Amino acid sequence: MIALLLRDIRLSMRSGGGFGLALAFFLIVIVLVPFGVGPETSVLGTIAPGILWVGALLACLLSLDRIFALDYDDGSLDLMATSPLPLEGVVVVKALAHWITTGVPLTLIAPVLALLLNLPQDGYFWLLVTLAIGTPALSIIGTFGAALTVGLKRGGLLLSLLVLPMYVPTLIFGAEALRRGMRGMEAGVPLLFLAAISLAALALLPLAAAAAIRINLR
Amino acid sequence: MSLWEYANPRKFMHTSGAVLPWVIALAVVTLVVGVIWGFFFTPDDYRQGSTVKIIFLHVPSALMAINAWLMMLIASLIWLVRRHHVSALAAKAAAPIGIVMTVIALLTGAIWGQPMWGTAWEWDPRLTSFLILLLFYLGYVALWAAIDNPDTAADLTSVLCLVGSVFALLSRYAVLFWNQGLHQGASLSLDRQENVHNAFALPLYVCMAGFVALFVSLLLIRTRTEIRKRRMNALLARERAA
Amino acid sequence: MMPELGKYVVEVLLAYAVTGLLLAGLILSTLWSSRRVKAQLQDVEGRNKDQKKNG
Repeated sequence: MIALLLRDIRLSMRSGGGFGLALAFFLIVIVLVPFGVGPETSVLGTIAPGILWVGALLACLLSLDRIFALDYDDGSLDLMATSPLPLEGVVVVKALAHWITTGVPLTLIAPVLALLLNLPQDGYFWLLVTLAIGTPALSIIGTFGAALTVGLKRGGLLLSLLVLPMYVPTLIFGAEALRRGMRGMEAGVPLLFLAAISLAALALLPLAAAAAIRINLR
Repeated sequence: MSLWEYANPRKFMHTSGAVLPWVIALAVVTLVVGVIWGFFFTPDDYRQGSTVKIIFLHVPSALMAINAWLMMLIASLIWLVRRHHVSALAAKAAAPIGIVMTVIALLTGAIWGQPMWGTAWEWDPRLTSFLILLLFYLGYVALWAAIDNPDTAADLTSVLCLVGSVFALLSRYAVLFWNQGLHQGASLSLDRQENVHNAFALPLYVCMAGFVALFVSLLLIRTRTEIRKRRMNALLARERAA
Repeated sequence: MMPELGKYVVEVLLAYAVTGLLLAGLILSTLWSSRRVKAQLQDVEGRNKDQKKNG
């Protein structure tokens, strides 16, 4: 499992693996927002939590279709399905690799981008915390979507259509916790909900994703 | 394989063919009575004026928008557990009806909201949940359309339907939380059901029955169409093989 | 016969019109595809029977 994890991380780090792409996309989205809404720092500061969360979410989406596509094309997914390692375990490793190569860098770069949006001082801590807790859910839900569409030739757009509605609860609780924390309000409840989504997704969705892969490999 | 595949659908075709005219008749009668009653013979509400008449379309369509998804969920479960082809096709047939019902509920709500709330769209928890439900419907239909192999499509859409149901429900509560977090004690509530006067309630029930009957008849017709399509493709494949 | 709709006449009629249009579209497309598939199936089945007779 660890070998698989390392292999996946290495593959995505390589050029064309989408590793830098997600970060660059995140940066561009954040840079574009002030052009759209105007340069007033007070306005930007107010909408910064939502924009940062939506940007991270969209950036996360970019690399989803690569989770299984390459392995499906060259047949290594078949090997993984027949290997002694349970397919659910493969799914978890894949999601983890996606999180390490996408979720973690996005979380780490977010405070830098938050500077551009004039996020209030108290927000930085909460930005890191909410993204760190929420991005695993994004990766796992996305892995499920990728498993559904793995057999399709042009599944990328469909994948977004399937995954984005499922991102709604994560986005709501993540951005809400960040907003509340930023204003000095009590943010524990949405934060707990966010953690609950991440953990529940980690516990349940690998089963569904593995089932979807088995169907697709039939 | 072929014998089993035809056995159940054939029985379904027979039964549904016998039932269908009655359901259609019921749908026509209840819809005509309900809509005419609601449109022509109900008084104006003292606050909402004549816009209260929109309720006879809004509430039944919203009801069916949710129940269509519920029916798809049950059909998907039956398909995954028992592998009845008819149930997979029924789930497929229900989705477009659900989309239209959701759109009707959203549009009539917006038209009602324009004069009543002063805005066509409010990020009210219920409205938002319906919008999210619409997105789930669209994804479900798109997944059906994208996969060529019918059994694979049925399997994957069923899995999506199960997982999607959980997330749709989760979104429902997340949205409730989110909006309360924004404006405390929102005074706008769609809970008109609570104090609907009898003059409105009776035609409303008739309309709801009408929409249910309409849904069932459309569902039966569409499922029959899907079964015929399936059979035709099987025959064509055999022709090509021969 | 038109009921007095007061100042909301546009909204009410619009709501009914939109619903009517959407439902009509759904019903018509359902019936249309049902009829088309039925005809096609009959066509294919007829061919199959012919083949069996000939073969």
